[in-house]
Amino acid sequence: MVSNQQPIASSNPPPKLAVWKFTSCDGCQLSLLDCEDELLSLAAQVDIAYFLEASSEVKEGPFDISLVEGSITTPADEERILEVRRQSRFLISIGACATAGGIQALRNFADVQEFTDVVYAHPEYIATLKESTPISGRVAVDFELQGCPINKHQLLEVISAFLHRRAPQVANHSVCIDCKLRGNVCIWVAHGTPCMGPVTHAGCGAICPSYNRGCYACYGPKENPNTESLCHWWDEKLNVENTLIVENLRNFNPLAPSFKVQSEDRQEDGER
Amino acid sequence: MADRSKTIKVDYLARVEGEGALHIDYDDSGVQNVQLKIFEPPRFFEALLRGRDYLEAPDITARICGICPVAYQMSAVHAMENALNLKPGGALRMLRRLLYCGEWIESHMLHISMLHAPDFLGYPNAVAMAKDHPEIVKNALEIKKAGNALVRLIGGREVHPINVRVGGFYKVPEARELTALVAQLEMARDLTERLVRWSAALPFPSYEWRRDNHYEFVALTHPSEYPMNEGRITSSAGLNISAQDYENHFEEEHVAHSTALHCTLRERGAYLVGPIARYNLNRDKLSPRALQLAEEINFTAPCLNPFQSILVRSLEVLHAFEEALHIIDRYQPPAEPHLKTEPRTASGCAATEAPRGLLYHRYDIDEKGKITTAKIVAPTSQNQKTIEDDLRLMLPSFMHFPEDKLQGLCERAIRNYDPCISCSTHFLQLHLNYGQVQSKQSMVTGKPGQPPAR
Repeated sequence: MVSNQQPIASSNPPPKLAVWKFTSCDGCQLSLLDCEDELLSLAAQVDIAYFLEASSEVKEGPFDISLVEGSITTPADEERILEVRRQSRFLISIGACATAGGIQALRNFADVQEFTDVVYAHPEYIATLKESTPISGRVAVDFELQGCPINKHQLLEVISAFLHRRAPQVANHSVCIDCKLRGNVCIWVAHGTPCMGPVTHAGCGAICPSYNRGCYACYGPKENPNTESLCHWWDEKLNVENTLIVENLRNFNPLAPSFKVQSEDRQEDGER
Repeated sequence: MADRSKTIKVDYLARVEGEGALHIDYDDSGVQNVQLKIFEPPRFFEALLRGRDYLEAPDITARICGICPVAYQMSAVHAMENALNLKPGGALRMLRRLLYCGEWIESHMLHISMLHAPDFLGYPNAVAMAKDHPEIVKNALEIKKAGNALVRLIGGREVHPINVRVGGFYKVPEARELTALVAQLEMARDLTERLVRWSAALPFPSYEWRRDNHYEFVALTHPSEYPMNEGRITSSAGLNISAQDYENHFEEEHVAHSTALHCTLRERGAYLVGPIARYNLNRDKLSPRALQLAEEINFTAPCLNPFQSILVRSLEVLHAFEEALHIIDRYQPPAEPHLKTEPRTASGCAATEAPRGLLYHRYDIDEKGKITTAKIVAPTSQNQKTIEDDLRLMLPSFMHFPEDKLQGLCERAIRNYDPCISCSTHFLQLHLNYGQVQSKQSMVTGKPGQPPAR
């Protein structure tokens, strides 16, 4: 954290907000534009200085808060993220790509040259890195907001917290807690539906169990998850095939440490 | 089908959104070279889908685009159902259409209000526009909110919905949950009528430069509906094929200046997909109020002015509200949320109408339901060549403009297509070269935010 302890919310001129995109689908920055009720009041409190998806006006840095979406997958991105960090007082990475590599990090478990050959007629035109890396793998990050996509209310909370120099109130508990609060009957216990809820970070509102399907962990791991135990239960009690277990660990947050390690163990088990 | 080596495949991320640049060479005799360069990093979806479960296709392909995830989900489930010979009908079919209405509304309204309208009024963004025209921006946000509410109810959330399943849905709504949205949808529909009239009165640049070079419009056509999920692939030049025939008529080419593949019609080259193409081929199937309003403002088909896409989008939003209200009025929940699905070795494909135009998916799956090949052709890839043609044809009439005004016009010409998506407002770094001076280096290193280079 930067040493200056002054709140930045009421500074004059207003604090400068920047939104940066790296390799991603744009869905997390869209969450900001989806704040139909709050967007104009947010715009009145901060100077939206750089947000290419929403504005053709580009102001010079430095910026008080940078929101960074996407993972690092090209040589050009490697350079650009260093510059973004240099220009930013606080850097907040938003979404599964920025915090855990995103779906494109599946290349990290495969041969990227083979991927390129499959997709492109002229692989020689393509400049890409062998791995997709979360933002924290390249530069220091002040806060990570998980989710694929992020929750717009959590995003507003995080921006507000940084403007006022307080800790963001983003719960680290599992989806199960939110599911109980929603009054759902547990689909695992009642119906034997495999669910990633016990190890998954809250924030989505427990929507999948509420729609009669198992959580597929798009918010990544909760704080201190026992992923090994969860996979054991899927395997032993629900007779879920190993490949399906690995698929649920390796989808949108494949580089989150607890998911990555467990998926590698499971993959090795499957290959033995 | 399993032979991958001969197929030119598309990295759709590069096509669906993008960081891009524009490179134009010109001299006294005219425009020599136009390159729309998309340098969005590849994400390799078609490669990483291999080995994944067929039920995951709608969840994974949704992540191609945060703006139109429903479009990817709809094309994916229809392609899988084509493979498995399933045909969800009745209320399931209606619910899918209702979900798509929600996405058309939210995606079109994002483009209209945040990205496109500021062009016509001379603002850099919607926030600046809202200071002088608060009612326009606030109403647009209200309309968009109603679209979000539809997607959230049926899909579970606005971005990357979780409820779409091969064979139907994981859970279907009660009738009362849908009727609870009626008041909001009616209010938003009425606001949309005002939006249509407002957009009809915008100052549209002339399109004389297209008079002798007509577009070939390509869109789905359905016997009785304005097209969304189903129909034959038709064109203004007489194409009329099923989705199964798509790859016999359309082909993709990998050019050095774009990580998105260029798609052409084998017989004739560049073509146009999206709202204008849909409208031109299906105007008579618009909902009653949308059609009546189009007549009232004397907006006929074919629309040949690409700058009027904002007006067509507004009409499609009105249509989507009417369609949604019509569906809700008749909705009876189906007995089961989805048809029974059993994987088997099979191949299937489908095309649906994403907000930005035709979106084609094809999959092969094995006996366990694991995907063995995937091919995805996004709308922006299909429009790339037409966008370049627009610029090539348009520029000679405007070369007397100062450079910043010319750049603004080029950006607007590209924005007409709502290329998906981060590109839409800003994505242009313009390199204008007079004479034969050409820097190869500048073609690949452009970054948004840099000043235009000479």
